Amino acid sequence: MLHKLYDWIDERLDITPIWRDIADHEVPEHVNPAHHFSAFVYCFGGLTFFVTVIQILSGMFLTMYYVPDIVNAWESVKYLQTQVAHGQIVRGMHHWGASVVIVMIFLHTLRVFFQGAYKKPRELNWVVGVLLFFVMLGLGFTGYLLPWDNKAFFATQVGLEIAESVPYIGGDLKTLLAGDPEIVGAKTLARFFAIHVFFLPAALFALMGAHFIMIRRQGISGPL
Amino acid sequence: MTDKKNQVSRRQFLNYTLTGVGGFMGAALVAPMVGFAVDPLLKGEKDTDFVYVMDENEITNEPQRKTFKVDQVDGWYESQVDRTAWVFRDENGEILALSPVCTHLGCTVDWNSREEFSNEFFCPCHDGRYDKNGVNIADTPPTEPLHAYEYKVEDGKLYLGKAKSRKEA
Repeated sequence: MLHKLYDWIDERLDITPIWRDIADHEVPEHVNPAHHFSAFVYCFGGLTFFVTVIQILSGMFLTMYYVPDIVNAWESVKYLQTQVAHGQIVRGMHHWGASVVIVMIFLHTLRVFFQGAYKKPRELNWVVGVLLFFVMLGLGFTGYLLPWDNKAFFATQVGLEIAESVPYIGGDLKTLLAGDPEIVGAKTLARFFAIHVFFLPAALFALMGAHFIMIRRQGISGPL
Repeated sequence: MTDKKNQVSRRQFLNYTLTGVGGFMGAALVAPMVGFAVDPLLKGEKDTDFVYVMDENEITNEPQRKTFKVDQVDGWYESQVDRTAWVFRDENGEILALSPVCTHLGCTVDWNSREEFSNEFFCPCHDGRYDKNGVNIADTPPTEPLHAYEYKVEDGKLYLGKAKSRKEA
């Protein structure tokens, strides 16, 4: 049945070559942990992607209950965590995944750095990777505020003060982030929500696309 | 026909006009959204009303912690919020109302809270210290003195306005 459906689509759209380009490629021996166990260090990039997928999925579902409003945000988080079926698990995945993804991206960076895999011709992919790291940190920073508890509020207060310490543009930068020159409040929460679920994920997808296209085009770096 | 160099081919003409029109349409599309996003910068800072805090004759030489409520408009959310000031008279008899917000990273300072730093404002977050007049002590994290509230005294009553940086003063 499925096979017939595939053939029906393939006959019209010729999708097999697309599938081959995306997924059908050999893993070189030196990056295969089945051949050399030490090759597990090559897994961190994939693990980063895997955790990122978890973050995207769990985040999508969290927005079914969460509201970015200072009166209701905390209550909505409390509700989804305590009253909704598996709420504790879904929020837990997003909460812990946020830390795990930073750890994975860091280990991936260490591997690329110490193997010198960033060298010519892969410099651009290193640059895109660093940008991805910054986007991830931004997602962590903006997401931290959303539960609107005391820890979130004061952590954001401090984060905004750090932004304000930037020479010359610091004050405007803080206002632009917080939505107000002085108050960390309703406008800040709405803004951080928008940045967290729309702006930064858009940047994340574009950069991840570039990251993966480049690694397919150039192939993985050779053995040490 | 004129000199060949000055001729614009049909293709070039279409390229220029379509790029120009397309650029204009793109700019017209994006401009409102940019304005929308940077609106907080365009609004600027609001003036703050002066609020009664305490009677003038209650002010001592020792800093007193005073809380008062101010009306705050946060976009669509209007509320009364608590403000705190450390109010006292300095050596010259001038009234000083200091904001408790540490100028390092925004934690809350306390007066005389540590035995080893008596008669100082102390911030527990990164051990920031200020002397009695709220001037930051060298080699501690804060980079400027505690902000001071604008004040006015009318009929023996102290009113406080906005906390302002004293860096320039």
